[in-house]
Amino acid sequence: MSIATATPVTPEAADLGPAPSAGQRPRPILSTILGGYLPLVLATLIIALPLLWMFLGSLKTSGEVISNEIVWLPGSPSLDAYQRASAKVDFPRLFLNSVIVTVAGAGIKVLLAITTAYGLVFVRFPFKKIIFMGILVALMVPSQVSLLPNYLMIAGLGGANTYWGIILPGLGTAFGTFLLRQHFLSLPGEILEAAAIDGAGHFRRLWSIVIPISTPTIATVALVTVVNEWNDYLWPLIITSNDDMMTLPVGLTLLKNLEGDPSSYPILMAGAVVVILPVLIVFMFLQRYIVAGLTQGAVK
Amino acid sequence: MQGGQIGVASGTLAPTRAGLRPPRMTKQRVREALIFLAMVLPNAALIAVFVYRPLLANMYYSTLDWTLGSDKARRVGLGNYVEFFTSAESWGVLRTTLIFTVATVGGSIVLGLLMATVLNRQLIGRGFARATVFAPYVLSGVGIGLVWTFIFDPITGVLSMLLRGGGLPVPQWFLDPNLSLLMVIIVYVWKNLGYCAVIYLAGMQAIPRDLIEAAAIDGASRFRTFWSIVWPLLSPTSFFLLMTTLLSSLQAFDLIRIMTPLGNGTTTLMYDAYLQAFGGYNRAGFSATVSTILFVILIVLTVVQLRFIEKRVHYA
Repeated sequence: MSIATATPVTPEAADLGPAPSAGQRPRPILSTILGGYLPLVLATLIIALPLLWMFLGSLKTSGEVISNEIVWLPGSPSLDAYQRASAKVDFPRLFLNSVIVTVAGAGIKVLLAITTAYGLVFVRFPFKKIIFMGILVALMVPSQVSLLPNYLMIAGLGGANTYWGIILPGLGTAFGTFLLRQHFLSLPGEILEAAAIDGAGHFRRLWSIVIPISTPTIATVALVTVVNEWNDYLWPLIITSNDDMMTLPVGLTLLKNLEGDPSSYPILMAGAVVVILPVLIVFMFLQRYIVAGLTQGAVK
Repeated sequence: MQGGQIGVASGTLAPTRAGLRPPRMTKQRVREALIFLAMVLPNAALIAVFVYRPLLANMYYSTLDWTLGSDKARRVGLGNYVEFFTSAESWGVLRTTLIFTVATVGGSIVLGLLMATVLNRQLIGRGFARATVFAPYVLSGVGIGLVWTFIFDPITGVLSMLLRGGGLPVPQWFLDPNLSLLMVIIVYVWKNLGYCAVIYLAGMQAIPRDLIEAAAIDGASRFRTFWSIVWPLLSPTSFFLLMTTLLSSLQAFDLIRIMTPLGNGTTTLMYDAYLQAFGGYNRAGFSATVSTILFVILIVLTVVQLRFIEKRVHYA
């Protein structure tokens, strides 16, 4: 064995060779299975099965759910539960509300993050560092501290049960500003300098140079913002009380209150699918960007 | 005209060169300042109005005996704080917060680390596994809470049916306060361990390969290599995760609200602040007190974190 490890490992071979420890050392297959594949498969199942159970549950009948025996697969899969859920709570309307709040909220937030970051990096102004710190520290102020005062302010202005009331208080963006500022600082200054010499103003430089060469970072910020807006719960829960102004997570809470009986689980699972599936689909395709955005700051 | 614009440009983009020119471009300076304000002010103003103003307002509310919706409030100074720290209920809330936080932070970090060591091996399908494990982290807490309510249901839940089928007693997850807390902890860890796994994985992949190869040549076992090389080198990652998961666990809300709306056994500080104001009690002043206490805890933790990083930088 020691001879085997001592065989010179050329850098090329090491690069091609897979994981560090797997190197060139012969590893018993048994250990790869027990220590590798078994936990890998187990963990994947533990995460995936509940989600699969949700999809299956939404296709079952009430009878199948309350049966004494476990019904693994729906006998005759139907979208009946989705229809019944829509009869209790206006799902198309909730979906529309969530889409409006997410698109408007995330759109404005990303725009603000881009302009703020550009201003902080490329435009001359005194005390920029302090202004940036002020924005950054906002990240550390937990949302529940601002809950009551914001509720009083927005409700006082007539913003309860309105789109603007749901969207406005969350618009200030520290996360996106931070991420984009980091990125803008890494851009080559010469390109912008050349554009400036050619007479391009700041807005022009932002629009036709900085934004086009920053699309991956902007996409990352946009995706994370969209997902957060879509899932946002606490604030919409407090500021909406009319069924037709609720976002999906708030409407689901209402649905759960209305449907306390176990036989209504297909309806609740249908609701869960409606709120989970869009994000799951986006995640499946754009996983790389989302993971990068959410884990930023960890690897510095 | 042309020359003037060149002046603006070098003034803007090369502050180091600005010293060469006399500061006579005040007009351009003002223009720059206006552009800056147009770009930064909306965001800064939103943050000031909806983050910093409420922070101060909340502290003020915490000194009031005030029912939400009433226009009369009585100043009680630190009365709410005295009430909080002298009531048995509040100590129960603090206890719940401590258990929930320690269990979810510990659980996600330990399981995340184990998961990362598996994902770090060159196995077929590990990309898919990594994505799957991370997925719950981005999904709606309300949706996830509903799914697990369905699984844990004592009568129709698949978990209960499996236990019953195996002749085991079915725990009353929703009635027994301790079990409710355990249930929410399990689901919270399930939802968040992928975050820890992915960050640990990134940390492991940043470890120079020759270090681990050298250990292997010296005949170190896999466990020994991990304990003496990988784990110490991961300490910045572990610390980062400890802080981020600690802060988010202390602010957990969605799962608790949807799975245990009454907070029976699951009322953490965060949830108590919500319940006091919006859960039927309408105690605005007391709610502000609870959230201010939580805020102070978060600030202390953040300062500790900054101190620690400072130290690390000095010693590094």
